[in-house]
Amino acid sequence: MAENAITTKELIKKENLVYQKTKLLTDDVMHYCPGCGHGTTHRLIAEIIEEMGIQSEIIGVAPVGCSVLMYNYMNIDMQEAAHGRAPAVATGIKRLLPEKYVFTYQGDGDLAAIGTAETIHACNRGENITIIFINNGIYGMTGGQMAPTTLVGMKSSTTPYGREVSQMGNPIKMTDLVANLPGTYFVSRQSVHTPGNVRKTKKAIRKAFEYQALNKGTCFVEVVSNCPSGWKMTPLESNKWLAENMLPFYPLGDMKVPEQ
Amino acid sequence: MAKIKGAIVVDINGCKGCELCITACPTEVIFLSDDVNVKGYHYAYMANPDVCTGCSNCAIICPDGVITVYRKKIS
Amino acid sequence: MEEFVLMKGNEAIAEAAIRAGTDGYFGYPITPQSEVIEYLAAAKPHERTGMVLLQAESEVAAINMLYGGAGAGKKVMTSSSSPGISLMQEGISYIAGSELPCLLVNVVRGGPGLGTIQPSQSDYFQSTKGGGHGDYNLIVLAPASVQEMADFVSLGYDLAFKYRNPVMIQTDGALGQMMEKVKFKPQQPRSKKSPDWATTGKTPDRERIIITSLDLDPSRQERFNEKLQVKYRTIKENEVRYEKIQCDDAEYLFVAYGTSSRICQKSMQMAREEGIKVGLFRPITLWPFPYNEIREMAGQVEGMLSVEMSAGQMVEDVRLAVEATVKVDHYGRMGGIIPSSEEIVEALKQKIIGG
Repeated sequence: MAENAITTKELIKKENLVYQKTKLLTDDVMHYCPGCGHGTTHRLIAEIIEEMGIQSEIIGVAPVGCSVLMYNYMNIDMQEAAHGRAPAVATGIKRLLPEKYVFTYQGDGDLAAIGTAETIHACNRGENITIIFINNGIYGMTGGQMAPTTLVGMKSSTTPYGREVSQMGNPIKMTDLVANLPGTYFVSRQSVHTPGNVRKTKKAIRKAFEYQALNKGTCFVEVVSNCPSGWKMTPLESNKWLAENMLPFYPLGDMKVPEQ
Repeated sequence: MAKIKGAIVVDINGCKGCELCITACPTEVIFLSDDVNVKGYHYAYMANPDVCTGCSNCAIICPDGVITVYRKKIS
Repeated sequence: MEEFVLMKGNEAIAEAAIRAGTDGYFGYPITPQSEVIEYLAAAKPHERTGMVLLQAESEVAAINMLYGGAGAGKKVMTSSSSPGISLMQEGISYIAGSELPCLLVNVVRGGPGLGTIQPSQSDYFQSTKGGGHGDYNLIVLAPASVQEMADFVSLGYDLAFKYRNPVMIQTDGALGQMMEKVKFKPQQPRSKKSPDWATTGKTPDRERIIITSLDLDPSRQERFNEKLQVKYRTIKENEVRYEKIQCDDAEYLFVAYGTSSRICQKSMQMAREEGIKVGLFRPITLWPFPYNEIREMAGQVEGMLSVEMSAGQMVEDVRLAVEATVKVDHYGRMGGIIPSSEEIVEALKQKIIGG
């Protein structure tokens, strides 16, 4: 058999291109720490919007927290919400622009602590919006304090000896809660710590956008993610820690799927 | 037998050296450079181009979207 | 030709909202203004104009629904009363900081805290001096009749969109619950187009639109604040509204707005029967405040009595206006008590004429 050697230079041609950064992401370098799952999830959302061809039909709502500047990276119309209020802001947009796609992107502090009421009630009303919930069990932006989703025993800057239930209560499983509400249509929990999980997360988020067009209720995707800086680990260690500690408490999979 | 040949291009100055691509690569193509980029990070580069299959795992896990992947089936 | 109808002030605001082409009302019930959302619910605005009506889970959610709707370029409004407006302050600051138009109605009740459900004017500072955090101002309209309650809805929207700034109608439980005749404007169609600054989906022919009040770069944030201040100066120069009643020959002056101004009209009549030449200056815009116009009056009268249902809030602006050139004092009742005409005349005699 003859050598079919092909040089790298010969490979790098447009016709051989299989993956490149979507045009729906801007050229701004994201401010996230190395290895942070926010970037991955932003990219998935941008890819889905591009693949669905809905750039002109979508409005995003950014939260307060590490992803407060999400709108710098997404080449779509966006609104910045006050802390925790993204589902209310999205409700206002969607009710007045019912033909558009509207989504929120929120961390655990935003969605599961200060914004719990807005989350529960938007989901309970069945607002036809998509909620992407990043759960990394810690407050990243303010410097690694306890989140409502911080695991029992997990260390943070406000639980330096580990979260103690008698003092700080239990971590909250928001996705389980909203899956039990009649207003939600599709609820899933995924993660972005391996390429396989990233692919599954993309499928779940895509469904959560596609279902919005059906006007059947709120679509909610939790993404269990890491926080290397807040957890005080390398990115690789953090993903390993996520698999060993976060996933047993926050198991992955679809929690509510449309009835066939 | 058909052979799949791949290649990646890393946007060096966008790379933060998180190494997620390195563990995601099934064929150990990627290493961190000894050099640093403009931000001071050791960046990922294609150290073993011969074994790249263009599977895109590295690009899919990359939080910063700095990896472009090329792939060709060679018969 | 529209006929006069007899209606409560709160209901008049609701009917006027539908007719002004409101796109969305988001609110949470609170006494003494729940008639606004109740009237809207009964009036089926969705069938009349397609207007969205939503009872939110809280005032906090309601004001953020306004933010979203306003960011989409729509005519949005809410109504509440003092404790509810306090809850909204964060959202109002964001709306002002993002330069979005919206209409807020505060049917004021006595405070502080839960206070009372009776009428009051003790939210003047909150409405006119910012309310929430940061350097911003609301345009504040103070109606004194059910007719003005209705008219200020469309005026409020006009000002809100002209300046991309939140506008507040500050009224009180007395005007909200009072029945009077009112004539409505004909139905305005809801706008089909959104302004070019609104988030409606990024099309290829324009850059993406971001609605935000965040800028981490201090120099850019300062420039933005300077831009806001330029806008506020323009509003101050162009939008001061007031009414002068029997001021031509006045030797003394009542300064009062809303319900207090109505009582002062009776007090003025009683005082004039006793030979006391008193006029009434009624600020209609509480912000921008008619400083210059009140300063002009200072050259004419011997003293001014600011009459408010509060411990004395607007009186500070009256004092600022006259710059100590004339005696200024305050008379007010608190906690939901409405002063009588007689006590106001007595206060004028004791605090200004005899004092």
